[in-house]
Amino acid sequence: MPTRTSSDVIVIGAGVVGAACAYYAARAGLTVTVVDRGPVAGGTTGAGEGNLLLSDKEPGPELSLALASAELWRELAHLLPPQIEYEPKGGLVVASGEAGMAALRGFAAGQESAGVRVKEVPADRLHDLEPHLAPGLAGGYHYPQDAQVMPALAAAHLLRAGGDRIRLRLGEEVTELLTGEGGEVRGVRTASGTRLHAPYVVNAAGTWGGRIARLAGAELPVLPRRGFVLVTEPLPRVVRHKVYAADYVADVASDSAALQTSAVVEGTAAGPVLIGASRERVGFDRTLSTEALRRLAAQAVALFPVLGTVRALRTYAGFRPYLPDHLPAIGPDPRVPGLLHACGHEGAGVGLAPVTGLIVAVCVTGGQLPLDIAPFAPGRFAAKG
Amino acid sequence: MRPSAEPPTAPDLYDLAVIGAGCAGLSGAVTASELGLSVALLDASPQIGGQFFRHPAPATGAARPEALHHDWSLFTGLRRRLEASAVDLLGGHHVWSVVREGGLWAVHAVTGADGGEERAVRVRARAVLLATGAYERQLPFPGWTLPGVVGAGGAQAMLKSGLVLPGRRVVVAGSGPLLLAVAASLAAAGARVPAVIEASGYLGYARHPYALAANPHKLTEAAVHGGALLRHRVRLRTRTAVTEVHGTDRVEAVTVSRLDRDWRLVPGSGRRIACDALAVGHGLAPQIDLATTLGCATRTTPDRTTALVLDTSQETSVRDLWAAGEPGGVGGARLADVEGELAGLAIAARLRGHPARRGRVRELERRRDRMRAFADAMAAAHAPGTGWPQWLADDTEVCRCEEVTTQSVRAAVTDLGARDARTVKLFTRAGMGWCQGRMCGAAVTCLAAQHGSAEALAEPAPERRPFAVPVPLRALGSLDDPAPAPQTVTTD
Ligand SMILES: Cc1cc2nc3c(=O)[nH]c(=O)nc-3n(C[C@H](O)[C@H](O)[C@H](O)COP(=O)(O)OP(=O)(O)OC[C@H]3O[C@@H](n4cnc5c(N)ncnc54)[C@H](O)[C@@H]3O)c2cc1C
Ligand SMILES: Cc1cc2nc3c(=O)[nH]c(=O)nc-3n(C[C@H](O)[C@H](O)[C@H](O)COP(=O)(O)OP(=O)(O)OC[C@H]3O[C@@H](n4cnc5c(N)ncnc54)[C@H](O)[C@@H]3O)c2cc1C
Repeated sequence: MPTRTSSDVIVIGAGVVGAACAYYAARAGLTVTVVDRGPVAGGTTGAGEGNLLLSDKEPGPELSLALASAELWRELAHLLPPQIEYEPKGGLVVASGEAGMAALRGFAAGQESAGVRVKEVPADRLHDLEPHLAPGLAGGYHYPQDAQVMPALAAAHLLRAGGDRIRLRLGEEVTELLTGEGGEVRGVRTASGTRLHAPYVVNAAGTWGGRIARLAGAELPVLPRRGFVLVTEPLPRVVRHKVYAADYVADVASDSAALQTSAVVEGTAAGPVLIGASRERVGFDRTLSTEALRRLAAQAVALFPVLGTVRALRTYAGFRPYLPDHLPAIGPDPRVPGLLHACGHEGAGVGLAPVTGLIVAVCVTGGQLPLDIAPFAPGRFAAKG
Repeated sequence: MRPSAEPPTAPDLYDLAVIGAGCAGLSGAVTASELGLSVALLDASPQIGGQFFRHPAPATGAARPEALHHDWSLFTGLRRRLEASAVDLLGGHHVWSVVREGGLWAVHAVTGADGGEERAVRVRARAVLLATGAYERQLPFPGWTLPGVVGAGGAQAMLKSGLVLPGRRVVVAGSGPLLLAVAASLAAAGARVPAVIEASGYLGYARHPYALAANPHKLTEAAVHGGALLRHRVRLRTRTAVTEVHGTDRVEAVTVSRLDRDWRLVPGSGRRIACDALAVGHGLAPQIDLATTLGCATRTTPDRTTALVLDTSQETSVRDLWAAGEPGGVGGARLADVEGELAGLAIAARLRGHPARRGRVRELERRRDRMRAFADAMAAAHAPGTGWPQWLADDTEVCRCEEVTTQSVRAAVTDLGARDARTVKLFTRAGMGWCQGRMCGAAVTCLAAQHGSAEALAEPAPERRPFAVPVPLRALGSLDDPAPAPQTVTTD
């Protein structure tokens, strides 16, 4: 049992990533103190969506993480209460023209060889999966492993599932890292002056993770990337999967070609359709962007014309934590013994939370890592030389 | 006045866009227009007059709308000036957002809600006056979702616009001076009102003799002396609350209990009153969503609503954005009129370099300050006591749209780690439905604070509601590009 001020591990941040770190550490027999300056899920976790996607990831380190995490989410769905709203509904990526369809086919083939289950859907079968989809699409791919979860409730229930081993300290901001003679981490100090002790501190402060690293004298360039989500009035199920368009954009000016995706449209258990999300690098600016909202709405209506007369009741914005190479930082900080990072998951932190938590727990207790974590090494941004 | 039927003649850029055509907006619009500004006046309703001067649509042929109104001449005066002015009146325009675009304001609205396809409209202006009024605050209690329980202000509004009574025997309950006006109107329209059940003590007014003596308003006389009610033999019972509603399909009776100073129930004091309707409300809350989205500074009023911080000229903390009437704190129609005029004068002075008419401005400022002081005194007297959550049963619905009970709100705080209304909403969906928390927000904030930490009791951040009204996706998706779009926006 953690005492009032000491435990085996301190996790900074009660978002979905911090919650998963605490959960897997507790499951490994460790005692954990979770500190957050606000409530549970008060950061980006409470301002995003809960898509657990494989479909949007190209083969590479992030897809490997996502595959391992998808497996863990399936397991968690049985261990956590149904309130986390885990729904393995599958994704449907559609292409509007033949060129787009050809590109999608190539993309999906790569994913399939990396272990993703994919199934081509010809144009005339799209409406079996999604009856309200716009006519005239060229075809699509079905990704049965895509799923969703309610991120805030998932975070809260991961923390609860840790039982007595997890102690929550909410409304307490970490302002200092305590270190010993050799520079090793000893714990944290909070704004009220309270010192909390532990031999391991996990930085799961999301978009604010760079500041925590700085407290330890380490550099981790986490930056915010704003996203808006549109939420409609409650509807009977008109959208069954996670649906989005993939269109091949051949940029003539440069010789780079990218797969550009549109807003993900999905129905929720409670009724509203979620349309998200935009991506902008504008710092922590909350100013409403009517342009971002216009695009989300237009893309959703293009996919599902029936949504045209449906009303958006609200919109919200969040700030994804991203690192320059768009991969998270997971694992021990080579510069500060005892400090581990688990942040920078950008637009996939909900999906990647379980595997991140598992890796962090294994780093503390020792044992077999689920995959090679070298691509996520927190020290990779340190100035060379 | 140019009616909304002729949009093609409307210029695409105005000096001033006024949102809300109640007292405050009308007064601000005509004042600015008379000083030579080009003005667009937008309101969600096809009719002008706002909440106070709500009147039957001409088609109903009601003979004397003024019978239900004090100060009808205030309205007819403003209406006459509007008709004589060059103000472009845009009725039926639901404003969903105000944004800054290239140094100007863009006021985004949707129109044509009834019948035709809804259309997106953008009105650009150098200055904006927010005169969006207030909405009624509700606190939950066992049985408040039963048919026959209506909002007190809503009952008043129904009476004014359609002359419909919510029942034949109507108990009026909650807190605030509006209850007395509502009871008087119901009684005048032929309903029997067995009692007005007021949770506070009204003693607060006595502590502000200056404000009282200096305020000539009829409603305030009624509030203090209950004169209008005596005429209709309506009993005002202070320090009491409806703590239960009885009936299976609709209201048959209510239980009324005595309260202590903190609005805690006095055990064993419950008494039944037979009735077929209950009109209930706990004061008014400023409608300020458009402003909070723009980051305007807010203050907590003495009755714990959130209002805009305004300077002496009625400008918000955001430059070129003014507010008048209830958004700055609930204070009634006359105060709204005065503030509207002050804002109109200040905006003309800013945009046209009109020498402000110092004498007139000083007089208006004096009247405003006096009425504000009185409004604050009233608000203090009717501030909800900390004990009201004690009326709630575990299964009392707090959020009606999403059917969230007291028990689940409390569990979100104690078991899941919510500490404020925003996280309660995430965990329970309270406030995610049609009303977007306008109905349950006050209660959820209070419940989160009671069970949460000490600092959660401090001022909650104002709710962020970027859409002041719902927007159809096609209208949203068809917004034209005002300026070259920022190329940074993509989607994932
Ligand atoms: C619009 C949008 C849509 C998204 N959609 C998806 C999606 O569909 N699927 C998906 O997987 N991901 C999605 N994401 C991304 C996902 O939300 C994030 O990657 C994820 O929530 C990050 O979780 P976290 O726990 O790292 O950060 P957070 O949830 O931000 O948690 C960090 C916590 O640290 C706390 N903290 C910070 N500094 C301190 C300090 N000094 N002391 C104490 N506490 C501190 C904060 O209060 C916060 O609670 C989306 C994001 C956005 C914005
Ligand atoms: C339900 C209710 C009943 C009331 N009954 C009484 C009463 O009986 N007696 C009394 O003395 N006082 C009453 N009041 C108080 C009354 O509102 C004020 O005293 C007075 O009307 C204030 O004038 P105003 O111009 O500030 O606001 P209002 O008269 O409320 O005018 C605001 C206007 O703004 C418009 N508006 C708001 N948001 C938008 C938007 N997003 N887009 C477009 N238009 C918008 C509304 O349609 C409305 O016409 C009542 C208030 C309410 C809310």
